[in-house]
Amino acid sequence: MFGTKADWSLEVFERYFTIGDYAGGEARWCPGCGDHGVLTAVQKLLRDEQIMPEMTVAVSGIGCSSRLPHYMGTFGFHGLHGRALPVACGIKSRRPELDVWVATGDGDCFSIGTAHWIHAIRYNMDMVLMVFDNAIYGLTKAQTSPTSPLGMKTNTHPFGAIIANHNPLTVTLGITNVSFVAQVVDWSPPLLYEVLKAAHRHRGTSFVRIVQRCPVYAEAHIKQMQSDPNNVLLLKHADGIPVDKAVARQFPNQREHDPADLSSARDIAQDESVIPVGLLYHKPDAPCYEDLSSQGGYMTAEEKLAGLEAAFDAFTI
Amino acid sequence: MEDATPTTGRITQAQTLHEHIVEIVSDSGEGAQKAGQTFGSVCAKMGNGVWTVEIIPAEIQPPARSPAGASGIRIRLASHNVTNMGDEADLVVAFNEQVLYSRIANGAYKAGTVVLLEDKWREDPQEEIRKQYANSVAEFRANGLIVHELPIEKGCLEITPNPRRGKNMFVLGMLCHIYSRDADIAKAEIANTFRRKGDKVIGINHQMFDAGRRFAEEQVDLLYEIPARSPGELEGKRFMVTNGNTAVGLGVMAAGMELVSMYPITPATSASHYLADAFHQVGGFVHQAEDEIAAIAFALGSSYAGKTACTITSGPGLALKTENLALAVMAEIPLVLVLVQRGGPSTGLPTKVEQGDLLAALYGEPGDAPKVVFAAATIEECLHYVIVARRLAEAFRTPVLLLTDANLATGQQPYARPQPSVDWLAPPIDQSEWDETIPPFHWDETTGLSPRPIPGMPGGEYVLTGLAHTDRSKVAYDSESNQLGCNMRSRKLAALAGTLKPPEVHGDPQGDLLVVGWGSTLGAIEEAVDRARAEGHSVSSLHLRFLSPMEPGLKEIFQRFRKVMTVEINYSDDPTAPLITEETRRYAQLAWLLRAHTLIDVDCWSVVLGHPLQPGMIHGVLLQHLQKLKGDD
Repeated sequence: MFGTKADWSLEVFERYFTIGDYAGGEARWCPGCGDHGVLTAVQKLLRDEQIMPEMTVAVSGIGCSSRLPHYMGTFGFHGLHGRALPVACGIKSRRPELDVWVATGDGDCFSIGTAHWIHAIRYNMDMVLMVFDNAIYGLTKAQTSPTSPLGMKTNTHPFGAIIANHNPLTVTLGITNVSFVAQVVDWSPPLLYEVLKAAHRHRGTSFVRIVQRCPVYAEAHIKQMQSDPNNVLLLKHADGIPVDKAVARQFPNQREHDPADLSSARDIAQDESVIPVGLLYHKPDAPCYEDLSSQGGYMTAEEKLAGLEAAFDAFTI
Repeated sequence: MEDATPTTGRITQAQTLHEHIVEIVSDSGEGAQKAGQTFGSVCAKMGNGVWTVEIIPAEIQPPARSPAGASGIRIRLASHNVTNMGDEADLVVAFNEQVLYSRIANGAYKAGTVVLLEDKWREDPQEEIRKQYANSVAEFRANGLIVHELPIEKGCLEITPNPRRGKNMFVLGMLCHIYSRDADIAKAEIANTFRRKGDKVIGINHQMFDAGRRFAEEQVDLLYEIPARSPGELEGKRFMVTNGNTAVGLGVMAAGMELVSMYPITPATSASHYLADAFHQVGGFVHQAEDEIAAIAFALGSSYAGKTACTITSGPGLALKTENLALAVMAEIPLVLVLVQRGGPSTGLPTKVEQGDLLAALYGEPGDAPKVVFAAATIEECLHYVIVARRLAEAFRTPVLLLTDANLATGQQPYARPQPSVDWLAPPIDQSEWDETIPPFHWDETTGLSPRPIPGMPGGEYVLTGLAHTDRSKVAYDSESNQLGCNMRSRKLAALAGTLKPPEVHGDPQGDLLVVGWGSTLGAIEEAVDRARAEGHSVSSLHLRFLSPMEPGLKEIFQRFRKVMTVEINYSDDPTAPLITEETRRYAQLAWLLRAHTLIDVDCWSVVLGHPLQPGMIHGVLLQHLQKLKGDD
């Protein structure tokens, strides 16, 4: 009545993925570049969450950051400068089951891709949007970026950047339907991992600005940021990013911040005297565009033909 | 003058005609287009050949009673298939005299065109308007128009206190009487037009329609009969009536595509309007993107993920999409791009009819970007070619550009209603395991073709890149990989060309003059050629659908004619203009291509007047060129 042993002891070989399953080509970023740490964190997270590599798509634009898909073992789309987000949204539109990661940079996202950034936040499709912000154009060799601070010397502004930098946090927090805004610095791998984990678990567009080091073209900028641990402000809350002792020791300058409080998040973002890290804003139930754009994807050929007949009939004389 | 006296319609014997061209012209917002479309549908249902074309002002609310504000519709109906808007109109209903000026400037009328003109302006409270009206009527008559001044609005007021609503149906009633149309068919069409507004609105419009019929019977001395097409032309066929943009929308649905990603632009947008209303019936979705660039990039994302998508645009949108189009070529992503051509950047006249984007479609991208480009020549082809486009895009792993234009987009015509087939639909996406030993660009070196891994396929993981790449899709900096990739992408066009048939010549296969056209000019060119042939001239025509790759055998066909010329709606220098020599002359776009393709001295004639080519105009050009050939003898 319980069957033979063979029936109930069938071994199911579940697929188990290791870091190697998420690894692609050898990373060719410069030594000391913050991008390496982001790649490691993403691969580790995918392994820990056991996401199927064939269901994962890493989408990028152009720039140092956008090399990331090539170093992944998943599907990838290394497209055009500034256009990663509409591609990622298009992938998600009719294949919402795919796990989409976007790698972009301060030039790619906040300059040439500005329109898409604004609208992707509004669409709020389920993906992790990682902006590798090193405040400089690296791939084209040291031009001013929208986040280069006033006075920063670059090849396009050899006497120093002539207008104040853009504030991506205040902009993002001002967009309708924004659902997840976090910031982290690349020199805290545990915090980076936790932020990406929270971003990945959130359903919606998780905007993560990774303040990140370019040791080749923006060394002075990094030195200034890292000169005093109090330059970083760690946001803490029960609903925020879990903080372990090491992270707490690394960033002694801390404050409580409820990520449901949009107005407080905007105040924190506005103050550029410190770099806030952690979860600024989280709205778990904001509507996602793919819930609309993917409708009808289940239709059978017969149902489509019936719909087509009806469409033709409307014009038949 | 006979026509100045009030007419008294007591004619009972209808004059039989083979074709007539009717216009309704009004200020914007008076419903002339709705009346004309309904009239066209009634004629189509009664078995006539029909072509309707909208007369659209560039402004949304142009001032009343202004020539620039002329809004309306032309309906060409006949006892045979109609393929174009024809030449001058035979009969016009005008809601005021000022709007006629813009049509006169376009050469829409001839001496003898009958004008049924609203006469209320003769008694207008403003002296200025009364003067304008009287002067215009006198001027029209002096120029040979036959003007019937009619109290149309007064007739409407007998039914409704607000004649602005329903006046168009009154005019429809007048036309249905004049052209002996079946009132029951017309009433069914009216009911269909207003089906969403409820029975009360339908009832009022039926009343207005009946009043218009009685009015014409009593007051207009015109009664025509335009018999149906021959039973052979109609037998066993079901017809549908749409414009070209709706046909594109239906084609997207019939192709089984699930996503149209677009940004509003005239004249392409109405295809998306239709889809926004109907796409859900087949499970599809219209994404209105934040800009033209995002529209194509979004479509590419969907296509990459296995759901080949469509983006629909016009010239300026194409310009913005070029970089992504180049990416689609480089990374071999299937995509359908429908380009509803117009005349140029900005707005206004450039939004009107032109075949201005052929070279941009072929060569607009940075670097080498070989892709499939073909053009629909009829409204029916607008539907079927979208289905073909998706299949080509997937089979050849490439973007496919389907070109139409504003003439096809807004023209309406009855055509055979197709029977939907499951073979037209995109197959379900393949999620089977991918053999990891097969690279993502496993090119067949003879054809350039390769199978494509789709996200979700275990073992198929690869990183698509817009950079030069190897067959493994790895970024390549070496010369050989770049040369090989370029070879393979180009090879696909040659492979497709090998499957195409040589085009058929309309008329004799050899002779004095061969006219080559492409796109929406098919009907007008063939009508002009037929006229010239009936007059005994040795002229034939050939109409290209595929432009990249080119259809085979062109050189051989061209060599059978003494002279080959294109007729197009895009700019070329008139060879007799100042400074224009054989060295400085800029050729029309197809002529430019054909000269390079065949090394034959292909001439051209083209204009950019913002409206469709008319058969009479082309006929005149053919005669001139034939005359010149004779002179050369």
